[in-house]
Amino acid sequence: MGRHPRRVQERKQLKIHEHQAKQLMAARGIPVPLGRVARSVDEAAAAVRPLIEESGNPVVVLKSQIHAGGRGKGTFNEHPDVRGVNVITDGIEGGPGAAEAAVRELAQQMLGSTLVTIQTGEEGKVVNRLYVEQGIEIDRELYLAVLLDRATSRNIVMASTEGGVEIEKVAEETPERILRAEIDPAIGLASFQANELAHGLELEGDAAKHFAEFVKALTQSATDLDTDLIEINPLVVTSDGLVMALDGKMAFDDNALYRHPDIADMRDDTEEDSAELAAKNAGLNYIKLDGTIGCLVNGAGLAMATMDTIKHVGGEPANFLDVGGGATADQVTTAFQIITKDPNVKGIFVNIFGGIMRCDIIATGIVEAVERVGLEVPLVVRLEGTNVELGRQIIDESGLEVVNADNLRDGAEKILELTT
Amino acid sequence: MSVLVDKNTKVLVQGLGKTGQFHTDKAIAYGTQMVGAVHPSRAGTEFHFEGETDHSGVSGRGDNYALDLPIFATVKDAVAATGANASVVYVPPPFAADAVMEAAAADLELVVAITEGIPVADMIEAKRYLHGSATRLVGPNCPGVITPGECKIGIMPGYIHQRGKIGVISRSGTLTYEAVHQLTLLGLGQTTAVGIGGDPVNGTSFVDCLQMFQDDDETEGVVMIGEIGGTAEEEAAEFVKSEMSKPVAGFIAGTTAPPGKRMGHAGAIVSGGKGTAAAKIKAMTAADIVIAETPSDMGEAMVSALR
Repeated sequence: MGRHPRRVQERKQLKIHEHQAKQLMAARGIPVPLGRVARSVDEAAAAVRPLIEESGNPVVVLKSQIHAGGRGKGTFNEHPDVRGVNVITDGIEGGPGAAEAAVRELAQQMLGSTLVTIQTGEEGKVVNRLYVEQGIEIDRELYLAVLLDRATSRNIVMASTEGGVEIEKVAEETPERILRAEIDPAIGLASFQANELAHGLELEGDAAKHFAEFVKALTQSATDLDTDLIEINPLVVTSDGLVMALDGKMAFDDNALYRHPDIADMRDDTEEDSAELAAKNAGLNYIKLDGTIGCLVNGAGLAMATMDTIKHVGGEPANFLDVGGGATADQVTTAFQIITKDPNVKGIFVNIFGGIMRCDIIATGIVEAVERVGLEVPLVVRLEGTNVELGRQIIDESGLEVVNADNLRDGAEKILELTT
Repeated sequence: MSVLVDKNTKVLVQGLGKTGQFHTDKAIAYGTQMVGAVHPSRAGTEFHFEGETDHSGVSGRGDNYALDLPIFATVKDAVAATGANASVVYVPPPFAADAVMEAAAADLELVVAITEGIPVADMIEAKRYLHGSATRLVGPNCPGVITPGECKIGIMPGYIHQRGKIGVISRSGTLTYEAVHQLTLLGLGQTTAVGIGGDPVNGTSFVDCLQMFQDDDETEGVVMIGEIGGTAEEEAAEFVKSEMSKPVAGFIAGTTAPPGKRMGHAGAIVSGGKGTAAAKIKAMTAADIVIAETPSDMGEAMVSALR
């Protein structure tokens, strides 16, 4: 599509950790519990005393920081009895020393271990950071999110009385419990809308007032920070009527990160697939899948449709890979390297409909890539569009063992035949 | 007839950088009436285009073309001087939404935004700005609009098109080319092909285009190409069911896309169980839209829908 070279590298959504989201919220006056991030056992233990002193609450919470939800119910592969989020109450009777000892013991088990939650998949995610947070006395748990409503092309607020559970479940079972308010980009969330939401959430008095302030600040943050999504689940009303973000999830529009270098720096590369990261750095759009047929395609829609067609004829795609509208021979080489590095790949299907991207350039790229990277699996190439004859000629004359395909379906069938 | 653009469309290019120059040259070769450029830093100068005519485009021209395209500081100046009624935006992402608003402020009938990577927040604002305006935005992040033999606005290869009787609407560039190519080979051709773009916030929807094609005498059938993410295809299916008398064929990309992953296009994502290919195909089938099982079958699906 209309790809502008300047931004080819930025195409995915940036997700950040809970502690980073809370830091951004706190900086904008949005109430969050006190907390400290810890990357080592010592840092976690050292966070306990100051936190208890500052909050006056002997209860602390130790939370795994990974980019996936369901942490509270998740468990560690190495320590099946330890949860991803732990409330430490030892300080109530034993004082800060006891809380610190308990945090130390837990942190030792959590850091470096693999947490499996309903959102991580079976392979889980390694926990490299913990967040040590003050305990909060919770009166009510609510749900609050700001996200894009594609139907109206506006951001909306979604709120629900059903906090602490997955919102998809609420939407399915009790959709009437989800409140929505549309944000006019020229006005922001109006006060009456904030009050309507508070009323709908059955909040009264100070809690209603605090909620209205909270939701207005949150929607303003969504605009100011270019978020794709802010989700607060749960948003809690404390026993003294305060409204606070007990959890916080934020994702950002990558296309707007040039305006937010501080947020761009929050990216945690350990959370990203290394092949996907390498592709991204080469200006390619790659997503790893579980199948055996590697695909190299130009255009996102065609790349998706190529995967679908492989599946349709009975195969399993190994990846999504869009080389874009103006790929160079170097990019094609990198694409080949990434695909062939995946040990599951038993064959490669190159599917190009050359529009602006000329088939002869792609063909040259393929030939160079194979010369540089080597090729140990079958290769099927389907070329169509601009300079197709020249492209086929380049491949034919290269002496490479390439199977030509007439169309997408034909190519998918041929690569399947060669790999099974 | 056709929709959106024809031989009388006078086009401005907003953003005459490398990309803008390249595609403006192709458009002129095709025979599109390119009448001016908006590029403030080069205002007051002209840009010289010359080359071999693309004979797959507007007929009855010589084998070569040469044109000095005047460059203006603002869209308003360009419109006043040239009588342009449409523009195409190649302006880089940080400034593209502003360029769209500028085109609307100058009362252009049509603005086609090719630029990929515009921040969503900028498009939300631009869309709000366009509300109530007579200007139609197509895109952003799209290949453009073409009425074969009359006017090509955008980055699609002209020669795969052939004037005919099918309207094409698509969220994806290369899949549009697939469909167009098949329709050409089958002798059905196209009235107009519209790329509505792969972003979550765009100017023109499937429903807008379906309405235009329904109202266009020359169009006998429509191919619509959707993908995962959002509910635009479901809304289109509702429209086809209740408002369309013409046959519609379709394809949805992303049946095998894993949830929670953005498949290249900013708008192509299944999240929270919403926006799946299965849901879209179900809605479209219920509206008697003939679904192509693979992209290679889009042309045939149109043939069988026409029967």
